[in-house]
Formats: sequence, C-alpha cells, structure tokens
Amino acid sequence: MSFFSVKDLRASTDGQEILQGINLDIEEGKTVVVMGPNGSGKSTLSNVLAGHPDYQATGSAILAGKELLNMSPDERAREGLFLAFQYPVEIPGVKVLNFLWTVYTQKYPDRSKRKYVSIVEFRDFLFEKATELDIAKKLLDRGLNEGFSGGEKKRLEILQMAVLEPKLAILDETDSGLDIDAIRIVARGVAALKKQLNMTVIVITHYQRILQYLTYDEVLIVSSGRVVKTGGPELVAELEKTGYGQIRS
Amino acid sequence: MARFAAKKTSKPGADFVNETYEHGYSFGTQDYSFQADKGLNVEVVKQISAMKNEPAWMLNNRLQGFAEFEQKRNPLWGADLTGLTFADLSYYLKPTDNQAKSWEDVPPEVKETFDRIGVPEAEREYLAGVKAQYDSEVVYGSLKKTWEKDGVIFLSMDEGLANYPDLIKEYFGKVIASGDNKYSALNTAVWSGGSFVYIPPGVHVKMPLQTYFRINSEAFGQFERTLIIVDEGASVHYVEGCTAPQFSSTSLHSAVVEIVIKKGATCQYTTVQNWYKNIYNLVTKRAYVHEEGKMVWTDFNMGSKVTMKYPGFVLAGKGAKGEVLSMALAGAGQHQDTGAKAVHLAPYTSSTIISKSISKSGGRASYRGMVHISPQAHHSKNTVVCDALLLDDLSRSDTYPIEKVFNNQVEIQHEATVSKIGDDQLFYLMSRGVSEEDARKMIVNGFIADLVKKLPLEYAVEMNRLIDFEMEGSIG
Repeated sequence: MSFFSVKDLRASTDGQEILQGINLDIEEGKTVVVMGPNGSGKSTLSNVLAGHPDYQATGSAILAGKELLNMSPDERAREGLFLAFQYPVEIPGVKVLNFLWTVYTQKYPDRSKRKYVSIVEFRDFLFEKATELDIAKKLLDRGLNEGFSGGEKKRLEILQMAVLEPKLAILDETDSGLDIDAIRIVARGVAALKKQLNMTVIVITHYQRILQYLTYDEVLIVSSGRVVKTGGPELVAELEKTGYGQIRS
Repeated sequence: MARFAAKKTSKPGADFVNETYEHGYSFGTQDYSFQADKGLNVEVVKQISAMKNEPAWMLNNRLQGFAEFEQKRNPLWGADLTGLTFADLSYYLKPTDNQAKSWEDVPPEVKETFDRIGVPEAEREYLAGVKAQYDSEVVYGSLKKTWEKDGVIFLSMDEGLANYPDLIKEYFGKVIASGDNKYSALNTAVWSGGSFVYIPPGVHVKMPLQTYFRINSEAFGQFERTLIIVDEGASVHYVEGCTAPQFSSTSLHSAVVEIVIKKGATCQYTTVQNWYKNIYNLVTKRAYVHEEGKMVWTDFNMGSKVTMKYPGFVLAGKGAKGEVLSMALAGAGQHQDTGAKAVHLAPYTSSTIISKSISKSGGRASYRGMVHISPQAHHSKNTVVCDALLLDDLSRSDTYPIEKVFNNQVEIQHEATVSKIGDDQLFYLMSRGVSEEDARKMIVNGFIADLVKKLPLEYAVEMNRLIDFEMEGSIG
C-alpha cells in the first residue's frame, strides 16, 4: 500500500454528496497537484481529510498505515497530517508565539525529545523561520491571524507547518490572494520543508502560478467530486491550453 | 498564590456539567464569639453599633440607613432577587474577640480556613501584609512598615473609625448616600469589616494593597464597607479577591465601596469575585474624581448566583478620567448583571467602559451601563465596548445601555458584539493537534486576554487557571 492511500472517499453535507468516490495513492516524499474548477470539491477534499465536523465521510484514507477517517482533527494532526487553510481563522487574543509553543510542547510531550527546551530557544527558532517567510516579528505577539492581511495569514500557515513538521501537508489554495513575491516565498518555504522532512505534499490549486516554484510528480483533475483525469506535470500545460471545459466533457 | 478559586486536584466527573461540583472544603466554623439572631430590626442595628463602641453619629447613620432600607423596594430591573429572604439572614458575626496582633495569635480555626483554601506556606508569612477578612471582621492584618513610613493608612474600617474618626466622618457616605439604593442602605445599617485606606499627597504605593476575604457561615450576609481616599498627586492599586466554601442555602453579600480621588491622583480598584454559586452579590461601588484625577475599575465576576454591580465614577473636576474594565462569566444558574456608571460633570472629562462576558451552560450575562454627560461637560468623551461570547445555545447575553447627553460638544461611541465559539475556530485549532477542550479554553482565554493583562501577574495566572477549570467538562 502506498504511504497515503484514499479509497472511494465520499463525503456529504446537508444531505448533499460533494465527494463522490475519490481514489488517490501517493508515495512518501512525492508531491501531487490537485486541480479543478470552482465547486469541483477540491476544498471539500482537504477539509474532509483534516476532519471538518460539517461532513459525513465514508470510504478510507490511510496515512502511514493508519485510518484517518475515524479520528478527530487533533488526532489526525498528531498522526502527521497538516492542512494549510485556504481561509485561516482568526482567534483573537491567542498569541501566536504562545499558541505555537503549546502546539510544539503537545507534539513532543516528552521533554527529552524537544529540540528547543525553553520557550526562549523556541522563540529564536520561530524568529528565524519567520524571517525566512518574510513575517514581521511583531506579528508573533498578536492574536492568531488577528487583523492579519490575507498574505500574512497564508505565510503564517507555512510557519505553523514548519513547527509541526508534518508527514503529509495539504496546501489548500495557499496561492490564492498572494502576490507573486509572496507566492515565491511560500513555495520556497514548502520546498525547504519537503526536502528537510521528506514530506509528502498535496497542492490544491486553481492556478498554475505556484507550480512554477514547486516540483511535483503527479497531477489530478477533480470535477464534480471525482478524479476525472490523472497525468504527469505535462497535464498542467495541457490544461493551460484547453481549460477545464474540455476535461469535464 | 491562592487568593481565589478552589484548587481542585481531582478531575471533575460528568456531573460537573450540571455545575454541581464541590469545592472539596465545606466545613463550618462554630467558634464565633458573637452571632446576631437571624433577622433585622432596630435592636440588631443598635446592638452592632454598641458591640463596636461606635460614636453616636455612626449609630445615627446606621439607623437612618435602616429606615431607608425598610422604605425602599428592590429594583424593578436587573436580576431576579425573589430568592432572597431578609428574615433568614444573620447580620453580624464576630469570630474572635480581638483582632490578632501576629500570626501566632491567629486562632487555629482561622488558620485551618487558610489551610483548606490552600494558601501556601510561604504566603502565610506574606499575609502579614494582607488584610484578611474572615467572616465579618478583619481578624488579621498588619501594615507593611514602608507604608507606615510614607504615612499610608491601611486598616479595617472599624480600626479606621476608632483611630481616624474625623477623617471618616468627613467622607463616609458622601460618595454613595445610604439612600442610593436598597442595598447601600442595608450596608449603611449593618456594615462591618471592609477597609479604610488613605494615601497622602504625592505618595505612589507600588505594591497593590490586597484584601483577602471569604464568607464562611451558612445563611450569613456579609456587609463590608470600604473607603479609600487618594490625596493629591498620589496613586494606589487596591485588589480584592474572594472565594467562598459550599453552602446549602442562599447567602447575601452586599458591600459598599467609596473612593475619593483628589486632584491629579490615580486609583485602580481590582476585584476578582468568585463567591460560591448560591450567593447574592449586590454591591455598590463609586468613585468621586477631582480635576485631572483618574479612576480605573477592573472588575472580574466569576462566581455568585446573582451579581448586580455597576462600578461607577463621578468625573467632577476638569480633565478627570474614568475607566471600567468588566469581565463576567455566567454558568448554570448564574446571572451576572454587571456594567458601569459614568457621570461626567466637568469639561474635558473622558471615560472608557469595556465589558466582556462569557455565558455557558444556560448562564445569563447582562451588560447594564449608564453614561450621563451633564450640560457643563463640554469636550468630554465616552467610549463603550461590549463583547459577549456565548458558548452554547442555552445561554443568554443582553445589553442595556443608557446614554443621557446634555451637551452637544462631546464624543460618544458605543460598540457591541456577540459571538459564539464557532466550529471553524475549533476545527482550526484542533487541526494543529490541540484537543477540543484545550481549544475551547484557548478561545475563551483569548477572548478576555486584554482584560486579564490588566491584573497583577499572579492574579492573571490564576484567572487563566480559573477559566480553564470552569471550562473543564463543558463540552456538551
């Protein structure tokens, strides 16, 4: 079985079936791009994999031998799944630094396994990563995403990814709403983590822009809650020419 | 530091959801040297005054208060007070005959109370600097030497009356008249305990003055009376925090706090209220602020069955400032009816009221605020911000703002928001590996973070622990 294997994944909300049998197999360390028109179910796929309570899901999604679908979102995170949100949520008053320190210490409850033993050391690490991602240090003293710009929120998602060091990262339209410089910074951050951790990545995107800065192994086209086409990186160029219309028909 | 809140070592069980948890230290105190009969009449009032060897003017004051208490009816607004039966309450109780002079003199039963609350060993030494009110009398307390050197007076109100009768006569009942409301009248009639504080001109008291008190007798009302005078250019931070053990029937706490802030002086008064959940907490607090003076009320209400409390200020001098930072947590069976009262009487005065409330398990939190800007108060400013957080569909939040503005050269702002902990917020935090319970705690602590920041550090830490404790098992 592959490292991450999704079989006949179906998900519905309010009695409506959004995902109608998704199949997916990804080998460890590979990057898969999921593309598709608006309303195709791309974002639902990421939310269902991360365990959003609005969806009832059937089928299976097995990460490194463990079934995710019967786990709560926090359990899935502890198994190494990370979702970079399309619309990161504001949590007023929960300071970014304190939050990430909590997340970090919960990930490594055993102190001897921690690379950073004190919050001071951890902060230094965070500052370094923040600088790489062009995140102003002062943002780390604010509430989580509180009053952040769209671009700041997206970059903070990547910073959180760097803290959690996931096995599987899902980027849900991380490139939307970013200018070209920000896209480059975010893509560079993801690429660095991928290399460092041999991280498996699912890039969900609408556009090709972020793909210019990432290497990827496979492309899936999703439409009406199904995978309608799979191919190599050349599929992106084809899509550029023909648009989704061709593929759907 | 254990000044408020039960510290639980055991994990709350399923019944905690129904708010039936026990603090784990329900115990009685039998060794009272005097306990008044239940019920209130002129004789009880006279008896209290006689026990305390008070001057005649104070007795007259009490009798006037009693007459006004009898005439006045309960407010027709606010929380439901029908569960309160005045005839079932005891109005005066004196645990020991004399105030203890040092820790060795503190009676063993009182020490046990501190034991059971979990006051750490190290802190008992520190209690030498704390006014600890045990039931209705201050049984223990000694001033820090540095305060004495600066001429700072920090006594129980009874000691204050004995030692500084003229000062007290000049100010007592002048900020809050006994007839202000039914409960200020009741307090005037039967007050005992509370603090008297005087800060001389130009003295800045760096360490907060702290009072630690608790109610510890069934069906017993507690009526502290506090008067704080901050003289010109001086500053002080006064902190009161409280906790109460479990009772089986309702009890009444009805305090009056009067503060006089002279020219250019500053006072911050912080309350952390965590009475046990069968107590009616009906408190009147007000400051009279002279030119360029500043009053800050930081008011945290977590406990009690019913709280009605609207800390206020009268901005009487040009450029005076007032601030109320109010936080209320209402759980099952609780109604927190809290807010503020801002009266602007002079030009260039400004006030800010920030209220945050959390309602859960069917609790009810109300913001009730009155802003009054008189014709003389031109170029004055007022800002009111009310944020409510509802944790479930059973709970309730209301806002009752009143603004009376009699001058058109003023700036008035009012903002109010009501929010719920959304699934999206929980999902977001949980997707980072945080459990649902921890995620809820984070959201709630985040909601009040900017107010908690205003507390002295050890109180802020305890406040977060208390919120965590209150949130435990609250996932429905």
